[in-house]
Amino acid sequence: MSNAQDATNLLFVFMLAAFLGFQLIKRVSPLLHSPLMSLTNAIAAVVIVGAIMVTGEHDATPVARTLGFVAVVAATINAVSGFLITDRMLKMFRRKGD
Amino acid sequence: MTVLQSSNAVLVQAAYLVASGLFVLALMWMSSPKTARRGVRAGELGMLIAVCGTLLHSGVVQYDLIFVAILLGTLIGVPMAFLMPMTAIPQRTAISHAFGAMAVGLIGAVEYGKLAPTQGAGSFTVWALMFEILLGLLTCTASVVAFAKLQEIMPTRPIMFKGQQVLNLAVFLGALACAGVMIASPANTTPFPFFVALALVFGVLLVLPIGGADMPTVIALLNSYAGLAASAMGFALGNKLLIVVGALDGTSGFILAMVMCKAMNRSFTNVLFGGFGQAAPAGSGGGEERAHRSYTAEEAAPMLEMASSVVIVPGYGMAVSQAQHRVAELYEHLEECGVEVKFAIHPVAGRMPGHMNVLLAEADVPYDKLVELEDINPELPQTDVVLVIGANDTVNPAARDDPSSAIAGMPIIEADRAKQVMIVKRSMNAGFAGIDNPIYYKDNAGMLFGDAKKVAEHLVKELQELAA
Repeated sequence: MSNAQDATNLLFVFMLAAFLGFQLIKRVSPLLHSPLMSLTNAIAAVVIVGAIMVTGEHDATPVARTLGFVAVVAATINAVSGFLITDRMLKMFRRKGD
Repeated sequence: MTVLQSSNAVLVQAAYLVASGLFVLALMWMSSPKTARRGVRAGELGMLIAVCGTLLHSGVVQYDLIFVAILLGTLIGVPMAFLMPMTAIPQRTAISHAFGAMAVGLIGAVEYGKLAPTQGAGSFTVWALMFEILLGLLTCTASVVAFAKLQEIMPTRPIMFKGQQVLNLAVFLGALACAGVMIASPANTTPFPFFVALALVFGVLLVLPIGGADMPTVIALLNSYAGLAASAMGFALGNKLLIVVGALDGTSGFILAMVMCKAMNRSFTNVLFGGFGQAAPAGSGGGEERAHRSYTAEEAAPMLEMASSVVIVPGYGMAVSQAQHRVAELYEHLEECGVEVKFAIHPVAGRMPGHMNVLLAEADVPYDKLVELEDINPELPQTDVVLVIGANDTVNPAARDDPSSAIAGMPIIEADRAKQVMIVKRSMNAGFAGIDNPIYYKDNAGMLFGDAKKVAEHLVKELQELAA
């Protein structure tokens, strides 16, 4: 597959995911906007995937491994604390009598 | 070995596919409080699958540092999640945007160092890397400044100086020029340090002129940038999982920022170029002393008790004095007295989207009592008492009545249309926007001076005595 084709494929994925995102987020009640932001923040920590690749490569330079290490730590903090805090917030949302 | 590698590659892609699906489900389930916690579970599972999939990747061979980093991150993240007070949620959100964006920027820098020499002029990968690094780094420093403002390490007022916009534009164009040079000749890495420095500085400059009350929009926008940076990383690495997640987060932050702007009747550019409320001219009638009435808690409590309907309008002042638990007690006492109580939530009340809802939910106010702006306004003319606690600009009738007001056209909670309005406020000083609020001088309005928490405590005490 050529580079141009690769790039187009990726842009297709981006476009469709963005449209999906608009549809999904529009339906979230303003009541939950804080937990929503906290959740998307936790999910964005999926950049840990890139950080792991950078850190674990066999020919990674010491600089690359150091920066990768910091990135893995930062992303892990976000993922762990993000999901836990979101859940803590959501636990508090109760109806009368629940 | 090659068979193993290709079966590995299939496994990794399958893990990413499943993880993407789970993240989509997570956002879908966030639509309602009933399913939202299931959404968190889906997100956690998605993350676990994505991480495990990546560890299986044939390119990943050195695990030592990775495991140490994950352990360290978990050791920091878990206590952070449990010890963080709910009032600090806006700050936490800002600083975690900074962490996430920093990770993106660092990975981008490493990838650039590795890939740049192998790329041809104008290569798609270098384009993506430039976007990734620019967005990652500027979001990182911008989020740090937002954090400092929210934590009040820095003044929350807009910081403006002469030639600010020219400087901002110059720094931004400078960063773009560096990126342009590196895209045109990837082997030439000389501009890279300048590019990094300019991107970092631009992030700081971006948030300096933005004041405290505009933070909901800014945090939402930074959320969006952090997402887009992840997408850019996906483009650079050819990783569809990152592209999907980044696009979902990017749109989420963008939609929230639009909701915030609409709730203030302002445009993105107006918020971003900031300085709002810095030198807001006094509205009509400014200068002359106008009479306002003031109530004591002893006078106010019986009025609340005898009302058949009360609407409470909370604002940032409630968060500042951490009054949400006392306000919730007040709500409970009034309900016991047979008063129908609701809370009116303005979209931009507080420092991030949904801030008031989280605080009141924390204080055990049922979420069906939290009513949105459009739904509460039609009910207000029939409401006996509106109690404004720490809100100011969001109930300012000048936004509706005075076209020359700095906040003209901003949707407000029409507290002034209720039979009685009581405003809990520390003093007669103007609110964030520096705009006078005519609601204080209306015939049906009265002030309850004092700290929100103390006043709520007083009211509860008075209600208890009335009941006894």
